[in-house]
Amino acid sequence: MKKQTVFFLVFVVIALAIVPLFMNPGSEFGGADGEAEGIISEVVPNYEPWFEPLWSPPGGETESLLFALQAALGAGVIGYYFGVKRGQKPA
Amino acid sequence: MKRKNLFNALWLLLALVLLNIGVAYAKPAQMHVMEGFLPVGWAIFWFVVSLPFWVIGFNRIRRTMTEKPESRLLLGMTGAFAFVLSALKIPSVTGSSSHPTGTGLGAILFGPFEMVILGTIVLLFQAILLAHGGLTTLGANSFSMAIAGPFVAYGVWKLLKGRTSDNVAIFTAAALADLITYVVTSVQLALAYPDPVSGFMGSFIKFGTIFAITQIPLAISEGILTVLVVNALKNLNAPELKSLGFAGAK
Repeated sequence: MKKQTVFFLVFVVIALAIVPLFMNPGSEFGGADGEAEGIISEVVPNYEPWFEPLWSPPGGETESLLFALQAALGAGVIGYYFGVKRGQKPA
Repeated sequence: MKRKNLFNALWLLLALVLLNIGVAYAKPAQMHVMEGFLPVGWAIFWFVVSLPFWVIGFNRIRRTMTEKPESRLLLGMTGAFAFVLSALKIPSVTGSSSHPTGTGLGAILFGPFEMVILGTIVLLFQAILLAHGGLTTLGANSFSMAIAGPFVAYGVWKLLKGRTSDNVAIFTAAALADLITYVVTSVQLALAYPDPVSGFMGSFIKFGTIFAITQIPLAISEGILTVLVVNALKNLNAPELKSLGFAGAK
């Protein structure tokens, strides 16, 4: 793939994440599942979840810590893989 | 040639880092069926449906690891790809956020059954540590993200391979896998919660509108990222891709 193509594709990915921020002023970009929960209570007004998560992060900060950790671990493994393979590649 | 590889890797990293900026803006939330939100009967039903895939997937992944030990690292990398993408909640056009699934890459490189296990591990991690998704809904969420997604990716890839450019085939496979995951989630919710008036279809359209439209831009992103990773792999590690039967490798 040409360098320019890669650059362009990365730009598209970034734009796809940033443009919506300006399309929906005032929105908090909550999860789509919260809205699904709304529909469930519309269809079955008195639905009670019959099982609670065994453990939930105490708040948004801890939750984002765990999500950041998840992304960091994954990115670390990906970086390690490409590093190893690049090192193995005959010069 | 070497420089090109370095650039590919750098851009990939940059894309992943910048995607994180999206996470900082977006409120954390979940996209899968939440804990306790499927009636017991449906929760069990989806476990039963997923079970054979887990059994076959477990055997396949073990076979791959013993027969092709050199591919272990790549297997780990494709798992990590799903892990990263599942952690990224990206703002979407509808004003809500959702995350890609990352299951297309592994399905294309290894096959759908291997990805069943990797996807389920990601779901298990999120259910236990993040209260995202759930243990009672693990069967249903596995079916949508770790089974339907990879199988669609694999099918589309097999169908398009050779008929169009590899990049177009990979993009389509990964993007559709991402989309189908949320279509299946909508079906699962609509089956469990049919609208009293308009029935299954009415509910499906309601859930589908929320999940699927939010997901379209993310599916495009996922398709592009998968293409970038596969191209970086082709540059760095073509022989290994070939040993996996990845016909696109030079």
